[in-house]
Amino acid sequence: MTPLAGCLLVSSMLFAVGLAGALTRRNTILVLVGIELMLNAANLNFVAFWRFGHHAGVSTGVIFGLFSIAVAAAEAAVGLALILAVYRHTKTTDLSLLTGRAQ
Amino acid sequence: MRQMSAAFLILAIVTMIAACAAMTLRGLVHCALALAVAFAGIGTLYLSLGAQFLGLAQLLVYVGAIAVLIVFVILLTRGGDGDASPLIPTGLPITGIVVATTILALLAWAVFHSFAMHSLGPPATPATVRELGTVLMAEYVLPLEVIGLMLTAALIGAVVVAMKEKQDTQ
Amino acid sequence: MLTPGIPAIVRYLWLIPALPIVAAGVGALLKQSRRKFAAAIAIASMTFSLVLAVIAFACVLPQPERLFFNFQWMQFGSEWVKLGWVLDPLAAVMLVMVTFVGLLIFIYSVAYMHHDENFTRFFCFLSLFAGAMLGLLIANSLLLLFMCWEVVGLTSYLLIGFWYERPAAAAAAKKAFITTRIGDLGLLLGMVWLYGQSGTLLFYDHGAGCMEHGPLSLLTGKTLTGIALLIFCGAVGKSGQLPLHVWLPDAMEGPTPVSALIHAATMVAAGVYLVARVYPLMSLSTNALTVITWVGALTAIFAALVAVAQDDIKRILAYSTVSQLGYMMMGIGVGGVAVGVFHLIAHAFFKALLFLGAGSVIHGLMGEQDIREMGGIRKWMPVTFATYAVGTLALCGFPLFFSGFWSKDAILHAAYGWNVSRIPFYLGAVGALLTAFYMTRQVCYVFFGARRRGPVAEPVVPAETAASDPSEAAHESPSPMTVPLMLLAVFAVLLGFIATPAWPWLQAFLELRPARLDFGELAEDSLPALMVVSSLLVFAGLYLGWWMYGRRPIRHAGDPDALERLQPALFHALHKGFYIDQLYALTILRLAWWMANLANFVDRWIWSGIPLAVSALVQGVGFVDSSLDRWVVNKGFDEGCNGVAGGGRLLARLQNGLIQNYLRLLGAAVAALAFFLLLGHKG
Repeated sequence: MTPLAGCLLVSSMLFAVGLAGALTRRNTILVLVGIELMLNAANLNFVAFWRFGHHAGVSTGVIFGLFSIAVAAAEAAVGLALILAVYRHTKTTDLSLLTGRAQ
Repeated sequence: MRQMSAAFLILAIVTMIAACAAMTLRGLVHCALALAVAFAGIGTLYLSLGAQFLGLAQLLVYVGAIAVLIVFVILLTRGGDGDASPLIPTGLPITGIVVATTILALLAWAVFHSFAMHSLGPPATPATVRELGTVLMAEYVLPLEVIGLMLTAALIGAVVVAMKEKQDTQ
Repeated sequence: MLTPGIPAIVRYLWLIPALPIVAAGVGALLKQSRRKFAAAIAIASMTFSLVLAVIAFACVLPQPERLFFNFQWMQFGSEWVKLGWVLDPLAAVMLVMVTFVGLLIFIYSVAYMHHDENFTRFFCFLSLFAGAMLGLLIANSLLLLFMCWEVVGLTSYLLIGFWYERPAAAAAAKKAFITTRIGDLGLLLGMVWLYGQSGTLLFYDHGAGCMEHGPLSLLTGKTLTGIALLIFCGAVGKSGQLPLHVWLPDAMEGPTPVSALIHAATMVAAGVYLVARVYPLMSLSTNALTVITWVGALTAIFAALVAVAQDDIKRILAYSTVSQLGYMMMGIGVGGVAVGVFHLIAHAFFKALLFLGAGSVIHGLMGEQDIREMGGIRKWMPVTFATYAVGTLALCGFPLFFSGFWSKDAILHAAYGWNVSRIPFYLGAVGALLTAFYMTRQVCYVFFGARRRGPVAEPVVPAETAASDPSEAAHESPSPMTVPLMLLAVFAVLLGFIATPAWPWLQAFLELRPARLDFGELAEDSLPALMVVSSLLVFAGLYLGWWMYGRRPIRHAGDPDALERLQPALFHALHKGFYIDQLYALTILRLAWWMANLANFVDRWIWSGIPLAVSALVQGVGFVDSSLDRWVVNKGFDEGCNGVAGGGRLLARLQNGLIQNYLRLLGAAVAALAFFLLLGHKG
């Protein structure tokens, strides 16, 4: 088991956890949390391959990870703003109640 | 390091536990805090893997900004009530767990059957800040600019979305 | 076919029948309220026809000859069917007679039918009849004659059944039509046979006509007799000879002018005219002439016997007509065309006179027709009485001054000299006696004696006329009715002198030779003795009639007849016409009913059965089809639609708005995709 494999396994597990949570939890914010976890897992993948992969001297993985962080940050901000706006409208963050159909 | 070290293992386990906790705890604030710990763990992993700038950026952005933002929003939306759903949900939500498990299994299988189990590439050059800067300004200048635009848009968008509506319809 | 030098009148001879037919056509289109106009055009057309007929007569008079005009009518393969008209002495005298008598009767009808609401229709039919009759007279082709013959029969039907709401009238019209039809069938067969044998139906055609020597010589023996007898069948039907006479008495249901014109003067004479026209053919077959004579003689005596016991004023005259027609046929059979035609012309005038007089009486009595209800009319209707008396004496054959004497004498003279048998002579003689007897009986009943009905009579159910004033006593008829009576009476006397043996003008005229006045002829042969015998018979009949009926007229309408008191059974048999109607009803009519029912059955169940079965089948198929459509197709379709809707509803549940559900589905799909991707990428 190489370190690469270990990193990949860790990232897979993080991804799975994040996915499970995003699909299971009823609170909108926790869905966002799951999404962030998934993003991070992917980032870890990139860094792992940059560190242990077959392309030497190229810092693509790190750059990609950097950009990914930036995007994740922007997405988190907008998403949370949306949650706030929805909360203000419907006074709830429970996804099973937010169907978009007339109640 | 060319093989798994104990530090890596401990960091991985901590991150894992924190991530699980973030997804399973009842109290929303607890989840947010656990998330922060998970972010920190991942950042430390980056540092241990030699991506210093990225690791610090992770800590700064994720832990310092995003996790805090999440806490803010939890508090703003009465997150104190918590999430009343059971831990292992029945009915349709269990598909989520099933799907995740399936994907984990697939990914694990893919990893175990790939080259990653045996070979390793040549040691990577450390990604210094200078090098990152050069690359950003040379090869990746376009994505950089786009990122700048996107951040601006996200900033404005978030402000607009979260703004209180005018009190014209009551 | 145009021979130059034919006088214009012959070329335009067709106008004589055409004018009344045009009047009929116009009359058919008129509204019932245009009475004056309808009568005016009918009388005008008849007047013009009379003028033309007189001109035609004048054309033929100086030089008796036969003029004709033929034309091609219809192409039959390679042959042409030709029609044409002929103007010869026979046609000329008949034309003048028919138009003159017809015109008088038209004028009479204006007054007689005045109260009838179907006045216009009456004149339309009368004009149509007149046109057809005139066409029949001038026809030079047996085919054209037959066509006009049929139209005459049709108009007779229409006019007998003029008051069609009365069941008796409708039945009488039907009876007349069907009975004459039986005769017409014989005529048609004879016509076709003649055409087949001689190749032409034209009478006169420059030597090629079927009455001319050439084609006639082609016919021999049995063929000749057969054709002659078949053509005679038509005459038997139309002229009411013995087996087919039953329609004439019932035809009295029609208005009296109709009875006068059609059933006394003209239409019934058409049968006699037909025999006269085809006489060249008939005369070649002695068998045919024998049959004609016997039929005529038997008819004469039979009808005279039945007339003795009748109570209806018109029925007596009807049977009298049948009897006189028998005389005419007998005359043609024994003595030739001239003898029969002389009696025909004389009879037309005095029988029309008698019928019109009877009509006048009926009109005056507001519809009464039973002679037992009448009596003493001569006091109230003197003109009618005088003219009726003249007509009666003419019919009886009162010697010397009345036309009937000369015409009947000619017949009896010819019958006396018949070489086959003398029996027809005796029958004719007895018939003359009976004629005088029943006419005297009628006159006594009607005009003499006390009035059996009160002066202020309740009007009888208005059969003939809608009366004017019921409170009036019987009154003399208006002048449009009495003037024709007087004119006819004059001719009833004068016409006798055109054919006396001393000056046989008519016979000579008809045979296309000049006549000489020779009183010596009167003493010739057995003629004086015959004249004396027939005069004695007439006197005997008159005296007998007066003795039984004039001396002691019956007091009340219900009293039995004098003869009935003497011989009730015989009287009853005579009254019922020797039960011939009943015989026909039992045999022929029953057969006809049976055949009609059979035909009805076949038509309704067998011929209609096929369409019924087909329609039932189609309906069955339709029902099955509709059931299939309703239960299988529609249901199936409905189920299909329901299935689709259900499926749609099912799928719509996916769209429940829960985002996490969508995500779960997405995740599942991605997992599946990844699975298959890795599966294919093993190793």
